[in-house]
Amino acid sequence: MSLTGIFLILFLVVHCYINAQIFWNDGGHKFEEAAHFMGTNFIIRTVEIGLTAFLLLHIIQGLNLWLSNRSKRSVRYTVSAGNQTSAWYRRSMGVLGSLLLIFLVIHTAKFWIPNRASQISGNGELPLYHLMKDEFQYGWVVIVYIIGCITLSWHLVHGFWSSFQTLGLATHRYKYLINGIGIAFAIIVPLVFALMPLAFYFHWID
Amino acid sequence: MEHYHMNLTLKVWKQKNNNDKGRFETYQVKNISSEMSFLEMFDVLNEQLIAEGKEPVAFDHDCREGICGMCSMHINGRAHGPWHETTTCQLHMRQYKDGDTIVVEPWRANAFPVIKDLVVDRTSFDRIIQAGGYVSVNTGNAVDANALPIEKQKADEAFAAAACIGCGACAAACPNASAMLFVSAKVSHLALLPQGDPERKIRATNMVLQMDKEGFGSCTNIGACEAECPKGISIENIARLNREYLGAAFSGSSNE
Amino acid sequence: MPLNSKIPAGELAEKWEKYKSTCKLVNPANKRQLEILVIGTGLAGASAAAALGELGYKVKTFCFQDSPRRAHSIAAQGGINAAKNYQNDGDSTYRLFYDTVKGGDYRAREGNVHRLAEVSANIIDQCVAQGVPFAREYGGLLSNRSFGGTQVQRTFYAAGQTGQQLLIGAYQALERQVALGNVTQYSRHEMLELVIVDGKARGIIARNLVTGELERFFGHAVLLCTGGYGNVFYLSTNAMGSNVTAAWKAHKKGAFFGNPCFTQIHPTCIPVSGDHQSKLTLMSESLRNDGRIWVPKKQNDTRKPGDIPEEERDYYLERRYPAFGNLVPRDVASRAAKERCDAGYGVGASKMAVYLDYAAAIERYGKIEVGKQGIANASKETIIQLGKDVVKEKYGNLFDMYAKITGENPYEVPMRIYPAVHYTMGGIWVDYELMTTVPGLYALGEANFSDHGANRLGASALMQGLADGYFVIPYTLGNYLADDIRTKAIPTDHPAFVAAEKEVNDRINKLMSIKGKESVESFHKRLGKIMWDKCGMARNEAGLKQAITEIQQLRKEFWSNVFIPGDINEFNPELDKAGRVADFLELGELMCLDALNRNESCGGHFREEYQTEEGEALRQDDKYMYVAAWEYKGDSQFELHKEDLIYDVVHPSARSYK
Repeated sequence: MSLTGIFLILFLVVHCYINAQIFWNDGGHKFEEAAHFMGTNFIIRTVEIGLTAFLLLHIIQGLNLWLSNRSKRSVRYTVSAGNQTSAWYRRSMGVLGSLLLIFLVIHTAKFWIPNRASQISGNGELPLYHLMKDEFQYGWVVIVYIIGCITLSWHLVHGFWSSFQTLGLATHRYKYLINGIGIAFAIIVPLVFALMPLAFYFHWID
Repeated sequence: MEHYHMNLTLKVWKQKNNNDKGRFETYQVKNISSEMSFLEMFDVLNEQLIAEGKEPVAFDHDCREGICGMCSMHINGRAHGPWHETTTCQLHMRQYKDGDTIVVEPWRANAFPVIKDLVVDRTSFDRIIQAGGYVSVNTGNAVDANALPIEKQKADEAFAAAACIGCGACAAACPNASAMLFVSAKVSHLALLPQGDPERKIRATNMVLQMDKEGFGSCTNIGACEAECPKGISIENIARLNREYLGAAFSGSSNE
Repeated sequence: MPLNSKIPAGELAEKWEKYKSTCKLVNPANKRQLEILVIGTGLAGASAAAALGELGYKVKTFCFQDSPRRAHSIAAQGGINAAKNYQNDGDSTYRLFYDTVKGGDYRAREGNVHRLAEVSANIIDQCVAQGVPFAREYGGLLSNRSFGGTQVQRTFYAAGQTGQQLLIGAYQALERQVALGNVTQYSRHEMLELVIVDGKARGIIARNLVTGELERFFGHAVLLCTGGYGNVFYLSTNAMGSNVTAAWKAHKKGAFFGNPCFTQIHPTCIPVSGDHQSKLTLMSESLRNDGRIWVPKKQNDTRKPGDIPEEERDYYLERRYPAFGNLVPRDVASRAAKERCDAGYGVGASKMAVYLDYAAAIERYGKIEVGKQGIANASKETIIQLGKDVVKEKYGNLFDMYAKITGENPYEVPMRIYPAVHYTMGGIWVDYELMTTVPGLYALGEANFSDHGANRLGASALMQGLADGYFVIPYTLGNYLADDIRTKAIPTDHPAFVAAEKEVNDRINKLMSIKGKESVESFHKRLGKIMWDKCGMARNEAGLKQAITEIQQLRKEFWSNVFIPGDINEFNPELDKAGRVADFLELGELMCLDALNRNESCGGHFREEYQTEEGEALRQDDKYMYVAAWEYKGDSQFELHKEDLIYDVVHPSARSYK
C-alpha cells in the first residue's frame, strides 16, 4: 500500500508541475511543450506503464486490505466511537479511494485515453490545452473536478503520512515534519489542480 | 466537588457462551453515587440482579487500580469509556448524570472470542508474546546490572513502551481489529534496549506473523488505538515495529 | 510433630553457599521426567516456573486470571530492594539483612532473611538482563531511591510501576518456556484441592473457570505461589480476585499456617468513600517523603482545610516522633492515624481520614526553583507555580490517580488518606527449603510466612517473591526431587485423585444447593467488617473472642443462606467467589485465634493490652519469640506448634522512632 502510494504521490508531483504550466497564461505554449515531452519521451512512456500497473496494484491492495480487515470483526459494535477516537478520513480511505477511482475514469476518459488513442492510431497528439479550455466551460465538469480534488486532498492527508508510518519512517524525530509536509502537500497539490478548471471557467487565463 | 446520586438505564450485552448469539438486556439502576467507580456501579447492578434471583452480568476485573489490564468494557462506543488514558476500573460515575443511558459491549474482534457477557478470551496476546516477546536469558546467566550503561532517554522510551498492560483496548478500538499497538509496544520496548538487540529481527517477524495467525487485522494507521490506550502508548511504536519488521524482511530473518 | 526448620549449620553468612554446594542434584535426563505444578503466576510463581522450565523440568502453571501477566504483583508501585551498594553509601548484604529483621520487629528467621539479602543483588542483574527498564541516571547507570526503615538508598524502581515491570519480565521468561515446550500454562483455572499420595503432595484438582469442569493434574511436587490473604478484610489494596483458597486447601490437608495474624496496614491509601467501596487504592509510600500529615486541633472541625490556620493544625507524626516525623515505619504511621480519627479529629465526609498536605513542599520546591532560575522578587504565584511543576514531575502519576478517584485536585486541596490492609506477612509455614509440613508441597512469595516477621519493609515484597522463584526453589526443589526420580507419574485415576475430586464436587454441589437469600458479596462484606473492627489495626482480648464467635455464626449463616445464581458447568464468577469467601470465613477465625494467642504487640500486630505509656508497641520477647504454626484439626480446631526463633547475630531491642 505504502510503496505504491508513495509512487503515486511522486506521479502527482510531476502531473501537478506540468499542469501548473498553464498559469504562465501564454496560450498554453509552455504547457503543450511539457505535455508533448511527457507524451512522446520513451522513458516517460515506459514509466507510464509502470504507473498504470502501480495504480492497479494500489487499488487491488486497497480492496484486499479493506475486505480482509472487515472480516476480522464479524460482530460489529452497536455504538461506535466515530470521530471521538479517530478522524473520519483516516477510517474512510476505501470510500475516498473509490470516489477517486470514479473520478479517474471520468478524467482519463476526457483527456488521457483520447490522446493516447489518437497517438496510437497515428493521428498525433491532441491539442490538450484547447481540449481543457473547452471542457472546463461546462459548469458540471468543473464541479466534478472540484469534488475530485477535494477527495484527493483528504485521501492524501491520511495517505501521505500513513505511507511513511508504514515504512517505519515517522519516528519521533521526523513525525511532525512528515505530518506537516503531508498536510501541506495534501492542500497545495489538489489546490493547484482545482485552480485549473476554475481558471478556465472564470477566464482567468485564455 | 459536589457528590450526587443518579438513576441510569444500562443496555448491557448478554451472551451465555461463545455459541450463543447474544443480545442486549436493559437494566435500571437507581441511586448511584457520583463517587463510585464504573465497576462499583456494576457491582450494584449485579447485587440487584442477584437479589431478584436473576443472573448477574459477567465482566472481567481484578486489580481495580488500572494496572492489571483485566477490565475490558466498551462503553458507549469507547474502549474503557470516555476518559483519556483511563481503564474501565478507574472511570468514575461523576462522568454521568441522572437519566443517562449507557450501552456496554464486550471487546469485539474475532481474535477475542466472547466467553460470557462482557468477558472475552485474550489468550491470543499470550501466544503473541510466546512468539518472541522476551529476551532469551536463562536465570543465573546475568552479568552485573551496571556492566552495561544505557542512555537515560533510551531507557525512558523503553519504559514508556513497556508500560503496556495488555488489556486489548487497542485491538478493540481499532476499526480493523488490529493488535499492532500491542505488538509494537513489546517490540519497541525490547528493540530500544541492548539486551533485546540480538533477537530483534526474529522477534519482530515472528510476533507479527503470530498476530496475523490469531486473526487480528492489519494496521492502516487510523490511530484509534493510541487514542484509547489507557497507558498512552504512542503509535510511534508502530512506526518502529514497521521499521524492525521491514529491516528483518530485507535481511531475510525468520525462523518459519 | 516437632517443627524442623532445616536451617543449615554454620556461620550465618555461609549457610546458603554451603547449602547450594552440598544439596542433591537431579541430572538433566531425569529432570525431563519430573513434573511440577506451580499454582499462581505472580512474581514468585512466574519466576519459579520460568527458572524450573529452563532447568528442564516439566512444569504446569495455573492462574485464575485470564493471563499470568495479571497477577497482583503487577500493582506494586514503589520498588525493589537489593544490597548492591551502587550508591557507595555503606550498604551491604548484612545491612539489608539487619534492616529486614529489625523492620520485622524480630519475628523473622535469621537464616532465611540473610539468604534473601544475599540473592537480592542477583535479582537486579537477572531483571536487567531480561530487559526490565529500571530508572537510570544520565550517566546510563541504575538509579536508586530510599524507602522507609532504612538509612541507605537501595531501592531500584521503574517509575511508579516497578511491580508491573518485574512481573512482565518474569511473565516473558515464562512465555519463552511455554514456547519452548517446557511449561504448559492453564489460565482461568483455580486450584480447589491438594492431592496427597502416600503422605506426599502429588497433584491438584483444579476447576476450569470457563467450563466449570474439574480437572486432575499430577505433579511430583506442588508449588503454592498464591499471594496473600488480605482480602479476608473485604476492603484491601489486593486485587478483587486475590484469595486464600489454594493455601487454605493445603492447610486443611496438613500444611501448617504460620503467624496468620501478622497483617500489614499501609498508612497512605485513598479513604473509603461509601458503602459501595469495593477495594482500596494505595498511594505510594514515597509520598510521605515530601508531604506533611495533619488533622485539625479541634474535634469535628468542619472547616475546609484551607480555612484552618497553621496554628490550629496538629502535625501529629512530627509531634509524636520528632526524629522520624512523617517517615516513621508503616505500622507506626497507620496506628497514629487511627488514634487521631478514633479520638474525633478525622477529616472528610466520613471523618475517617487525615490530610496529606503538599502545600509546604510546593512552596519549598518553588523557592528552590526561583533560586535556581535566578528570578528576583518572585511573586507568591510564581513560586507556587514553579513548586507545583516540580511536584508534578516527581509525583505526577500518583496525583493524577488521586484526582481520578476522588475528583479533587491534590495540587490545590490536601489529599485525604487513611490506612488500609495491604500485605500479609503470615502465610503457609515453610522450612529453609520453602517446603511446607506436607512433603513435596512448597510455598513461595507472599504465600509463605518466612521473611518479613511481624512487619514488612517497603520494597521487600518484590525482592522476596523473585528471590524465592529465581534463586531459591531451583536448588531446594532439586534436593527433594533427587530422591524422587524413580517415581513414575501417577495416573490421575488413582483413588487419591478420585477422592479429592469428589470432595471438591460435593462442596460445590453443596454451595449451589443452599439457594438462600443473601449474596456472597454481602457475606464477604460482613466478614470484612468483623475482621477490620476486631482484628485490624488494634486488637484486644475481648474483641478477638467476640470476633471468633461472630465469625462462627456468620459461617453458619453462610452455609445455610447464601445464594449463588447460575450453574456449575459454566463461567460463573459468583460461584468462584463463593468458594473463596467460604475459605476466608474459616481463615478469619484462625487469624483471630492467633492474634488472641499472641499476648504482645509487635510489628503489624497491636494488642491494646500491650503498649507502653506513650502508646507504643510492647513486645514480650521472653514469651513470644516464636513462630506460631497452626495445624488444622477439624472445624474451628487448630493446634499450635511453636518454632522458636533463635537470634545468633542480631540482638533484639525495642524499636524507637522518637
